[in-house]
Amino acid sequence: MKPGRVLLQVRGLSKFYGERVGCERVSFDLFPGEVLCIAGESGSGKSTLLQTLAYELRPDAGAVHYDLSGRGLTDLSGLPDSTLRELWRTDWGFVRQNPRDGLRMRVSAGANIGERLMAIGERHYGDIRVQAQDWLQRVEIDDTRLDEAPTSFSGGMQQRLQIARNLVTRPRLVFMDEPTAGLDVSVQARFLDLLRRLTAELRLAVILVTHDLAVARLLAQRLIVMRHGRIVETGLTDQVLDDPQHPYTQLLVSSVLAA
Amino acid sequence: MNATTAPVQAGYNFAYLDEHTKRMIRRALLKAVAIPGYQVPFGSREMPLPYGWGTGGIQVTAALIGPDDVLKVIDQGADDTTNAVNIRSFFAKVAGVATTTRTTEATLIQTRHRIPETPLAEGQILVFQVPIPEPLRWLEPRETETRTMHALREYGLMHVKLYEDIVRHGRIATTYDYPVIVNDHYLMRPSPIPKFDNPKLHRNPALMLFGAGREKRVYAVPPYTDVRSLDFDDHPFAVERWEEPCALCASTEAYLDEIILDDKGGRMFVCSDTEYCAVRQEAGHKGAMAP
Repeated sequence: MKPGRVLLQVRGLSKFYGERVGCERVSFDLFPGEVLCIAGESGSGKSTLLQTLAYELRPDAGAVHYDLSGRGLTDLSGLPDSTLRELWRTDWGFVRQNPRDGLRMRVSAGANIGERLMAIGERHYGDIRVQAQDWLQRVEIDDTRLDEAPTSFSGGMQQRLQIARNLVTRPRLVFMDEPTAGLDVSVQARFLDLLRRLTAELRLAVILVTHDLAVARLLAQRLIVMRHGRIVETGLTDQVLDDPQHPYTQLLVSSVLAA
Repeated sequence: MNATTAPVQAGYNFAYLDEHTKRMIRRALLKAVAIPGYQVPFGSREMPLPYGWGTGGIQVTAALIGPDDVLKVIDQGADDTTNAVNIRSFFAKVAGVATTTRTTEATLIQTRHRIPETPLAEGQILVFQVPIPEPLRWLEPRETETRTMHALREYGLMHVKLYEDIVRHGRIATTYDYPVIVNDHYLMRPSPIPKFDNPKLHRNPALMLFGAGREKRVYAVPPYTDVRSLDFDDHPFAVERWEEPCALCASTEAYLDEIILDDKGGRMFVCSDTEYCAVRQEAGHKGAMAP
């Protein structure tokens, strides 16, 4: 479909919890600026796969290669912890399902956004503040809330703050684990609009886990359907949703109203 | 000279701890000196005083003290408060060493939360009592994670705390236990000394040792080591200043304590370092409220 460099290459990735399968023999390529959705019912191994892709969990088999700036496609298993952790807080982002896991709830919104900047050596309070303010506006939060703690924010605002906190270092790849699961429908719609705008603007590659096919339809160019830790079907989102081939995908699609 | 000696208490090994324990602590201290600012675990012993009263400092002192040492003990700068008096008499009893209040006479100084105003010299050892050695403790609760952060020098989080200080107070409001970077690597808690004393840590000719008894850690700042206080470019580190001099010795250079005199707003500011203040008064310096 699109030629060019692969951003993330996944081959035969497996993760087991003892006898139980987390995810098994997962392979795909992700290109820069591409939004990929991983869908499936709960317990299908989506979140395990996402954490293994981000190397927060070490895979039991298979490999993940990432296009490191300056080094090209690199096997993550060979990276020292320091490089991996640097990747986590600069070139990658991770948006958690529960904002409490992705934010520091006891410090202000500005400090939440500024944390990554300070981690990479930014030492000018005024500059950090200006950038934090700018990012609050970009995720449509009133910048007068800059000094307030996320505990005073609504669920939707917390989720948008998480986005801002991750995007401040201009990552190329963001992992998202059910970012809309805790939001009510109207807030979800606005959040998805924002996400679509930001990914397009920043040419952001996103791997997004969801059980909601409507989210996949709206955001993703490509869709992976998982069941029991394995990929059962993959393809362009519209193609998979309009003409599902695998019985499980057919079941999923038919169980959703007007997906 | 007011150095005094006392006999060794019968039934106790010299300096209370047995020789093997002292050797174990000295080994930990050697490692601490070799890696400035790094927290070295050690087998902390039960001491005859409660945790929080200086069990870490007293073990470091016990491991190092020799019969020829002259010991000074201070508590918040004062030689005559409970903690200082008791630890001093403890070592006079169990080690029979000479004790003193004079900073210049002492070879070993155990301190709770101050560095003496009188500059220290080469050959002197300053032992700090440390309640909580881990500077990242309130920011990151996982010990495994803080150790990794130390190893990789990931200290951005500490700046998040300082950032939050400025948000809430308009300035960095941390006034004691102010975080420092030692020898361009390890982030260190200097124990609850006022930040006024932080500049004295930098390139000090004396050996500075830190003992945390409950947390079972020792760490060190060897002589002439770089110690830098964290700050922001536009909010630089600054020490406390007072508008008036010491009411007793008229010093304008020392760290002052505020003493409330009555319930009508009467107050005085005096040196927290009692020995420094007394020496100045003997030399003829007179403050506004001097007797």
